[in-house]
Amino acid sequence: MDDALVLGGERLTSRLIMGTGGASSLATLEASLVASGTEVTTVAIRRYAAAGGNSVFAMLERLGVRALPNTAGCFAARDAVLTAQLAREALETDWIKLEVVADEDTLLPDPVELLTAADQLVADGFSVFAYTNDDPILARRLQDVGVVAVMPAGAPIGTGLGILNPHHIEMIAAAAEVPVVLDAGVGTASDAALAMELGCDAVLLASAVTRAHDAPLMARAMRAAVQAGRDAYRAGRIPRRSLARASSPDEGRIDAW
Amino acid sequence: MTSSHEITVVLDGETARLAQGITLRETVARHIGRELDPDGTPADGGRLGVAVAVDGAVVPRREWHAHVIAAGSTIDVVTATQGG
Repeated sequence: MDDALVLGGERLTSRLIMGTGGASSLATLEASLVASGTEVTTVAIRRYAAAGGNSVFAMLERLGVRALPNTAGCFAARDAVLTAQLAREALETDWIKLEVVADEDTLLPDPVELLTAADQLVADGFSVFAYTNDDPILARRLQDVGVVAVMPAGAPIGTGLGILNPHHIEMIAAAAEVPVVLDAGVGTASDAALAMELGCDAVLLASAVTRAHDAPLMARAMRAAVQAGRDAYRAGRIPRRSLARASSPDEGRIDAW
Repeated sequence: MTSSHEITVVLDGETARLAQGITLRETVARHIGRELDPDGTPADGGRLGVAVAVDGAVVPRREWHAHVIAAGSTIDVVTATQGG
């Protein structure tokens, strides 16, 4: 059955977006990306010398994986807008994963700067994928300014704490008119499955795979988990009950006497 | 000492001396080790994958050829790297 995801005008088969951050080597990263089945991956924009040349760009070209540049490391709307403009020029894409964080300790989005930057970038013709808090109201405000995807954090970046507020993630997914991508906080496969069961359209993760003991194996696990969670969401879970309900029939039961 | 035929700039965060009158296209080509056509595309036919900001503003690649670098400029050449 066709269950493709349309993200930023692009039709995707995989609902797992694996980022490139945190990998120990390019070879491990490549093996993990392939095992994850991802069709889109995030990249950061950095100075050429610090980035060690454009080896990541070349690898993605070779693999045919689409790059979604991010504005990681930006603390103000102004920095994020310049980074987005550089990313558009370098990678020849209007897609931008907008990250405007408040501080180094939490790496949580700064809502005011985020909304300001999103507004400016949408006006400048970007397809904005907004990394945001698990706040249903902020998600709505981001949609109002025209982002193409809302990407709430399950937990702070790199913590692996999973989904700290499933209720809010579910509310965001239920109310959204654009795709919702659970972004950040995933620690293991069950977190990714839960995100999909809550109604998210996709999951974006990096550290959970790249920092796992066996990164390609974890990438495979995440791929299966996202698919399982999506299937479970579409199939419809049974209602929770407070008391047991037998699944075997009463009729024909043998009683001892 | 900077000779009268050289200018000092900041290239990717490092102080650098460039020949007076050098264009942004020549500077970028040297920095990334690829020849660039006048429109800023790589002569090897591949995709470029880099962008340039001068003094905090993006300079589109088609303008690099005509952009003569001024003394004291801050030039950032960026590309994609692992992240996010």
